[in-house]
Amino acid sequence: MSGPAPARPPLLEVHDLTVNFSGSDGVARAVDGVDLTVEEGETVGLVGESGCGKSVTALAILRLVEPPGHIAHGSSVRLGGRDLLALGAKEIRAVRGNHVALVFQEPLSALNPVLRIGNQIAEAIRAHEAVTRGTARWRAVEMLTAVGIPDAKRRASAYAHQLSGGMRQRVLLAMALACRPQLLLADEPTTALDVTIQAEILELLDGLQRKLGMAVLLITHNLGIVAERTRRVYVMYAGQIVEEAATEQLFAAPAHPYTEGLLAAIPRLDERRDRLQAIPGQVPPATAWPEGCRFHPRCPHAWAKCGTEMPPLLEVTPGHRARCWLVKEPERRKK
Amino acid sequence: MSPWRLAARRFARNRPALTGAVLVAALVLAALLAPLLTADPLAQPDPVRLQNQPPSAAHLLGTDPYSRDILSRTLHGARVSLVVGIGAALLAVTLGAGVGLTAGLAGRRTDQLLMRGVDVALSLPRIVLLLAVFAVWEEAPAAAVVLLIAVTGWFQTSRIVRASVLSLREADFVAAARALGTTGAGIVRRHLLPHIAAPVIVSASLDVGNIILLEAGLSYLGLGVRPPTPTWGNMIMDGKDVLFSAPWVALAPGLALVLTVVAFNLAGDGLRDALDPRAAA
Repeated sequence: MSGPAPARPPLLEVHDLTVNFSGSDGVARAVDGVDLTVEEGETVGLVGESGCGKSVTALAILRLVEPPGHIAHGSSVRLGGRDLLALGAKEIRAVRGNHVALVFQEPLSALNPVLRIGNQIAEAIRAHEAVTRGTARWRAVEMLTAVGIPDAKRRASAYAHQLSGGMRQRVLLAMALACRPQLLLADEPTTALDVTIQAEILELLDGLQRKLGMAVLLITHNLGIVAERTRRVYVMYAGQIVEEAATEQLFAAPAHPYTEGLLAAIPRLDERRDRLQAIPGQVPPATAWPEGCRFHPRCPHAWAKCGTEMPPLLEVTPGHRARCWLVKEPERRKK
Repeated sequence: MSPWRLAARRFARNRPALTGAVLVAALVLAALLAPLLTADPLAQPDPVRLQNQPPSAAHLLGTDPYSRDILSRTLHGARVSLVVGIGAALLAVTLGAGVGLTAGLAGRRTDQLLMRGVDVALSLPRIVLLLAVFAVWEEAPAAAVVLLIAVTGWFQTSRIVRASVLSLREADFVAAARALGTTGAGIVRRHLLPHIAAPVIVSASLDVGNIILLEAGLSYLGLGVRPPTPTWGNMIMDGKDVLFSAPWVALAPGLALVLTVVAFNLAGDGLRDALDPRAAA
């Protein structure tokens, strides 16, 4: 599964990505030193609770973080070896949508209510390719067909409000994929949808991904989706990556207590429980991350060291790393 | 159906609005055809014997103190009113939209600078400003009247546009467009302008009536567009001294003025109801 190390640089290589938001109550470090890589054609999951920094990470990759947020000095985002953070405004715009596309979670508000959907897709194409209006529109219809919208030619002149939620999400996918990007950042692409529609959309995404040979960074809080759709996973907590592993590995043998907590919180059909399992406490605010390990106030295994020293990402097995002192001192684990 | 066609349909169902629109169209037509329909508005056929004649077959609306034909002058006066009213409203809206967009899209410093400037400008009495300028600039051409009225009348529009831009800027579809590589200009053109068009059109159409009144006021005082060019304002002025002996002199331009302003306001209200159904009572 993990094969020999590739000779080429990975498609996406994020190193030490830090995003600060300066507000009246101090600086919030929403993303703190995130490292992640995505290989060509690979599906990688990025999971975490709301507010852990996963969406900001996606925005930062395309340099879409708006003030008061800013990407800190020393961060690096490389796409096929090219440093995106060093690009000029025009060059980064040529990357957006063309090489790396982003789909948002709320399909209704991400579509302009006064534009016909066909025109909106055509617009995305014309942002990158010097094609005529007619050609762009024709390609938009083609894309709509590709994302499984029946009677695409007629639907192209519909407005967002005339479509169902699932259809809208398909339109967003068509928009994002219109220029055949190498990497799709899918930020909670199915959160706003019914479970059955979710499955349909993810299935569609799978198919398109294979057809286009595209890599996907799937950002979600839904571990079920991660288990089914991804090859590798990053778990984020309080602005940091806390665990990184092949998906099977993560589910079989989680190394970080936070990941364990997340997995334990999933209700199971084959086990009778009166109460749902929860992780005690709540995510600390980004303006005041705890000293030491950021999870220690909620961690059942924490000891003195956890409150003073932040653990680095420690290797559990090759390809599996966790930001937890337990990796070094497993005997401290409480039963 | 497109939002614009829906709006057109709502407008067509609104009887007062439609009446206003028809009146405006008739006025524009009459003003355009004035030279064909009537005699020379400046001709004084007999300044001694044809003064202040009541309506007759020869002069349908009578004559003024200089023996000039009132119908002809009223129709020609419409040209000044409409050119100034529509011209200044369009110009003002363009200025306001430009400043509003800039303030909404630029950084905080530019925004603050522009908007505090607008606050100051709004505290200046417009009519006094215009009186002062035209009292000094006696030979101001009609274009200058349009320009000055526009330059002193875009402030509200800029506020409306800025407010819309500030909320649209945060809209997900703008973020989505940015994420797909749309340029700043593309976002303004495709995503911002269509949304701010409706309130801007409404504010412009309601402005026309006010500007026409303003211009009439100025020319009543002998400022702006000067006699002998007929304007409704200076025609009413001509009729002031003979208000009791020859009421038709002031009555014709006065009624024309009222009719025009009412027509524009009806049409403007109709546009507002059609373009923003939520605001409709």
